[in-house]
Amino acid sequence: MTYKKRLDGRKFDETREIEAKTGVIKKADGSAYFRIGKTAAYAAVYGPREHFPRSQQDPKKGVLRCNYNMMPFSGAGDRVRPGPNRRAKEISMVTKLALNPVVDLSDFPNAVVDVFIELPQTDAGSRCAGISAASMALADAGIKMKDMVSAVAAGIVDNTVVVDLDYPEEAYEDGDVADIPVAMIPSTEEITLLQMDGKISREDLKKALELVKEPLKRIAEIQRTAIKEKYQ
Amino acid sequence: MGKLLVKDKDVVVPGEVLAEGMDYLPSYGTYRKDDKIYAERVGLISVDGKVLKSIALSGRYLPKKNDTVIGKVFDILISGWRIDINSAYSSVLPLQEASFDYIQKGADLSKIFALGEWVVGKITRVTSQNLVDLSVKGPGLRKLHGGRIIKVSPTKVPRIIGKQGSMVSMIKDTTGCRITVGQNGVIWLEGEPKAEILAVQTIKKIEQEAHKKGLTDEIKVYLEKNSKDLKTEYSAPKKDDKKVDTKKAKDSKPKAKVLDVKENKQD
Repeated sequence: MTYKKRLDGRKFDETREIEAKTGVIKKADGSAYFRIGKTAAYAAVYGPREHFPRSQQDPKKGVLRCNYNMMPFSGAGDRVRPGPNRRAKEISMVTKLALNPVVDLSDFPNAVVDVFIELPQTDAGSRCAGISAASMALADAGIKMKDMVSAVAAGIVDNTVVVDLDYPEEAYEDGDVADIPVAMIPSTEEITLLQMDGKISREDLKKALELVKEPLKRIAEIQRTAIKEKYQ
Repeated sequence: MGKLLVKDKDVVVPGEVLAEGMDYLPSYGTYRKDDKIYAERVGLISVDGKVLKSIALSGRYLPKKNDTVIGKVFDILISGWRIDINSAYSSVLPLQEASFDYIQKGADLSKIFALGEWVVGKITRVTSQNLVDLSVKGPGLRKLHGGRIIKVSPTKVPRIIGKQGSMVSMIKDTTGCRITVGQNGVIWLEGEPKAEILAVQTIKKIEQEAHKKGLTDEIKVYLEKNSKDLKTEYSAPKKDDKKVDTKKAKDSKPKAKVLDVKENKQD
C-alpha cells in the first residue's frame, strides 16, 4: 500500500497556503505574521537592547535570544499548559541555532536581540512557521542579515516523499511516517535546521532534502515580498 | 560587464541580489559574495556610480560622536548620571559635563538632575564597546522643562529635520511650537495645546511617509490646511484674525531662533 494521493489533495511538493505580513505588532522593533495552512505564528523582535544578567553578555558581539511559545488554546486537542516546557525550550534553542548563521550582531557588543514567537493556532510544522516568521521579523527590525531563513518540513508518508506535512499526515497510521523540519538559507542552500521524527531510509532522506529546496525558495520569495509590501 | 538588477530608491531585503559582476562595489548595508552583491538589511538602495548602498528603513539608534540626543535620567552614579538615550546602550553624563557652575564635593546630585528628568545632550565619546559619554555643556544643550516627548524611528530623523532643518522649521513656524529633535528619535515639543497636537500629527505623518518623494511640499499643504482651524479657534473669541496672526508670528519666531543653532548642525 502506498500513499498515492495526499489527504488534502495537494501535490507532493506543494506547501499549504501561505500568508505573510510584517509590522503587525506596533510596540516591537520588528514583527511578522506567518501562516501556513492552519498553523499561524507571530514573531516580535525587541532590540538590540541592554543585556542582563551581565554574565550572559558577549563582549565580541550581540546575543540572539529566542523564545517559542504555543498559546494554551493553540492545539487541536487538550489545552496546552502555559509556560516553558521541555519541548518549548528545545524549539527555542533550535530556532536560535537556525537563525544565528545569518544575523550579524557584531555592531552591538554586550547587547541582546530578543525574538518572541507566539503560536495562536497550530496544525503541525509550528517550529518551521516560527523560524520563517522570526527571520522576517528580524529583517523588519533592521538587523543586519546575510539572507532570510525559510523553513518547512519534508518527510515521508507511507514510502512517499512529501513536503510540508500537516497534522493528519503526521498522524497517518497505515504506514511509516517521517517528519523532517528543514530550515535553509536560500542563496547558499545551506541547511541551518535539520531534525527528524520517525523512520526513513537513506535514499528517501536524500530525496526529501532535494525535493524541499524549491518550496523553500518559494517561501523565501513570499517572505521578501511581504517585507517590501510594508513600504509600498 | 556587470549587470545592475535594481533601480535607485528600490526597497531591498536581506539576501536579494543587487548586481552581478565585479565592477560594482558594495557599501553600507550590502556585501559581496563571489561575483554578486547582496543586500544585508532592509533599506532603500542608493546607486552612486558603481557604489551600491542600502539606507536603513528601520532599526534602533547606534550612538555616534557629536550627535545631539534627548535622554532620560534613570540612575545616579558616584560622580554623574546614567542616561537612557533610546538605544541599545545607555550613556554616562559625568559631573564635569553637567554644568558650567562649580559643583561642591559631596553635593546631592539629584538636585541637579533628578531621576526621570529629560535632558538634551551631545555625545562626546563612543568607545569600541559602545560605552557612551554625554555632555550638556554647549549651545542648545539643557535640561527640559514642560512640553511633551514623542518617540519616532531614529532612521526617519533626517527626514523630519529636512535639508538644513527645512522641515522642522516649517513646523515650528506654522504651529509656533518650540521643537528639539534628537538624533536618537526622541523629540521634545512645547506650545499651545492645539498646536502641539498638530505638530505631533505632522511629525507622525512625516515618519509614516518618510520614503516618499516630494514630502516637503505635501507637508506644507497639510500644515496650511490644518493650521487654518488652529488660527480660527484661537482668534474666535477676539474676532480679529489678522491681529492674532501677527502677534502669534512675533511670539513664535524668537523662540524658534533660540534652538536654531543646534538644528543647523544636524543634517
